[in-house]
Amino acid sequence: MTSHVLSQLRSLEAESIHIIREVVAEMERPVLLFSGGKDSIVMLHMAAKAFAPARIPFPIMHVDTGLNFQSVLDTRDRWVERLGIQLVVASVQDAIDRGLVKEEPNGSRNRIQTPVLLEAVEKHGFDAAFGGGRRDEEKARAKERVFSFRDDFGQWDPKNQRPEIWNLYNGRVHQGESIRVFPLSNWTELDIWSYIAAENMDIPDLYLAQEREVVNRDGMLFAVNEFTPLKEGETSEIRSVRYRTVGDANLTAAVESQASTLNAIVEETAAVRITERGATRGDDKVSEAAMEDRKREGYF
Amino acid sequence: MSTTTENLAEALTDGSTDLLRFATAGSVDDGKSTLIGRLLFDSKTIFEDQLDSVENVSKDRGNDYTDLSLLTDGLRAEREQGITIDVAYRYFATPKRKFIIADTPGHIQYTRNMVTGASTADAALILVDARKGVIEQSRRHTFLATLLGVPHIVVCVNKMDLVDYSEEVFENIRKDFTEFASRLRVPDLTFIPISALEGDNVVNRSENTPWYEGSPLLSHLERLHVASDRNLVDVRFPVQYVIRPQSHDARDYRGYAGTVASGVMKPGDRVVALPAGLETTIESIDTADGPVDEAYPPMAVTVRLADEIDISRGDMIARPNNTPAALQNIDAQICWMDESAPLTVGKKYAIKHTTRWARAMVKDINYRVDVNSLHRDEGVTEIKLNEIGRIQLRVTQPLFVDPYQQNSETGSFILVDESTNKTVAAGMVGGLPHSS
Ligand SMILES: Nc1nc2c(ncn2[C@@H]2O[C@H](COP(=O)(O)OP(=O)(O)O)[C@@H](O)[C@H]2O)c(=O)[nH]1
Repeated sequence: MTSHVLSQLRSLEAESIHIIREVVAEMERPVLLFSGGKDSIVMLHMAAKAFAPARIPFPIMHVDTGLNFQSVLDTRDRWVERLGIQLVVASVQDAIDRGLVKEEPNGSRNRIQTPVLLEAVEKHGFDAAFGGGRRDEEKARAKERVFSFRDDFGQWDPKNQRPEIWNLYNGRVHQGESIRVFPLSNWTELDIWSYIAAENMDIPDLYLAQEREVVNRDGMLFAVNEFTPLKEGETSEIRSVRYRTVGDANLTAAVESQASTLNAIVEETAAVRITERGATRGDDKVSEAAMEDRKREGYF
Repeated sequence: MSTTTENLAEALTDGSTDLLRFATAGSVDDGKSTLIGRLLFDSKTIFEDQLDSVENVSKDRGNDYTDLSLLTDGLRAEREQGITIDVAYRYFATPKRKFIIADTPGHIQYTRNMVTGASTADAALILVDARKGVIEQSRRHTFLATLLGVPHIVVCVNKMDLVDYSEEVFENIRKDFTEFASRLRVPDLTFIPISALEGDNVVNRSENTPWYEGSPLLSHLERLHVASDRNLVDVRFPVQYVIRPQSHDARDYRGYAGTVASGVMKPGDRVVALPAGLETTIESIDTADGPVDEAYPPMAVTVRLADEIDISRGDMIARPNNTPAALQNIDAQICWMDESAPLTVGKKYAIKHTTRWARAMVKDINYRVDVNSLHRDEGVTEIKLNEIGRIQLRVTQPLFVDPYQQNSETGSFILVDESTNKTVAAGMVGGLPHSS
């Protein structure tokens, strides 16, 4: 204690809280993009810390793909209830029905989330949106600023980013423009899990290993459920698996694991040898530049 | 929660793991990307699928070996041009430390990236190609690192494999480098002979350099003592946000949220709120996890004061006998970062200093620094992209500043173009009127 050195997790937490407060102090109408996954939960948890004992002074928005695991929705609702915050839901299904977006042939709703998100941001007049992106996730993110400027079409221009020096963030925007803010920029997957364990946070139980009925498709294990039913000729088996990400239920695969506690997940993450996106997100395998393209279009 | 979870969580959160941020600099092809790839690879941070993809690309390009530099090349434009164009951040951890690398490109027009990367760095790694020795870029990178007040500089003499691991080559570079660095303020300078490609002295001590008695790079970084680099003397707490809950149970709560910029604050301390100049006592230092006995940088806390005084965002809490200077005329070094227009006398900008925004006018340009020769060019009328200069600003309201070299938190600011909203300059408060 006398050394006055903050541990790395507490340094990261302090940095994130600083960023969240800065946005609330400077922007007109922030919103926190909440997927129900572990990163957005950590972000929400720190937002609550940043303003305690007051409530979080902004709403959260869930871009609902209509393909969510029930446990993710339940977790979302518990957090909303506990923190007494306002939840805005932007529905992809509704956008499909209205003809704003079209279902992709491979069934992924990842890409078509973008127009839905942008429409909701515009409709509600949000000028700042917190996203849970981490720079360790992917190469394009590694170069993105904490305060990431978006033009009035919601687009990111990697060649034209504002320099970010010290912790002096610049969120000034013109009417119609906005910023995406990434308070978890400097966190790694291991940091996230260590923090979730340290704070004993409420997360979807999908993240914890459990015996589940799964089917093996090209080496990826999909849980057998309403989103990914068994196809003709396939056979299922019971394995101890968990999810490392909880994206669209029809595309997110599980990994074999015995990690049924937060502690065990931290240990497993410390030892794991495959990036979480590579392991479980079918839609990201498409191309190396896939993420960069999607970010340019306004994906968070 | 089981006890084992608690133990592990404790080890990871309150344990000995701290954070070290470092920036890397070198000119094109000195081996910076390879070195970072090597650090990530040898510290087992590279994931199998990332390595697979790099191996595939290397093969596609007809390379004989796996090009570790591909691990750190980010954006498509860069892949197309084959150069690194922007600061990229990388992460790796050992049981002792978590490291954040700001990978800053060394190409001439990207001084701004180096300034960005160095602004938050505890250490700077400067790469020198053993075959080329100390070149113009090495000088420039070192100058920028010292300008930004980076306390530790580690010179990696790379490609030692191409000079037969010669002690003489290494010693000559060390001599040259030390000589020119003596003109700069470098608190801690270390030299390490490495081969990023072969891995010598990066993570493991190399048998090829028996004459080298120092540590390999990674152990050096793990052991760098950074605790004393922080200013723990001068209490500076820029108020970021006022917390006033609109709920029944906490109606009377009024707390000043912010990040401790410097100094150590404790409940019971006498403090003064600026600009009001009113004195009071710290009643309590709150966090969401309960009150704390003391707060030090970079903790994010909420301070409650014994007396009700009117304080808002942008105000500064300090100690009555140790306050920053309240200045409207600012003497500063700046690095210009805007390609569309240079800085000229008479121009007005928005200025952000700690949590305070104001407007500033350029009153004078004293000189421009030639970053290669360190020569001061006087009589210049503008400061262009990637140039460094000393200027005088007149600000619309007082800023509570300390000299940058004493306090990087209260000595730094940015200038923002009021029409484009772009961040156009990084500024460092120079000698104060009374102290020079
Ligand atoms: N022989 C040798 N070649 C190296 C070493 N480090 C880097 N290189 C090579 O130098 C070239 C440039 O390296 P790179 O890491 O891309 O340089 P950067 O432009 O500084 O990022 C590549 O062909 C590397 O393989 C080294 O220690 N020894």
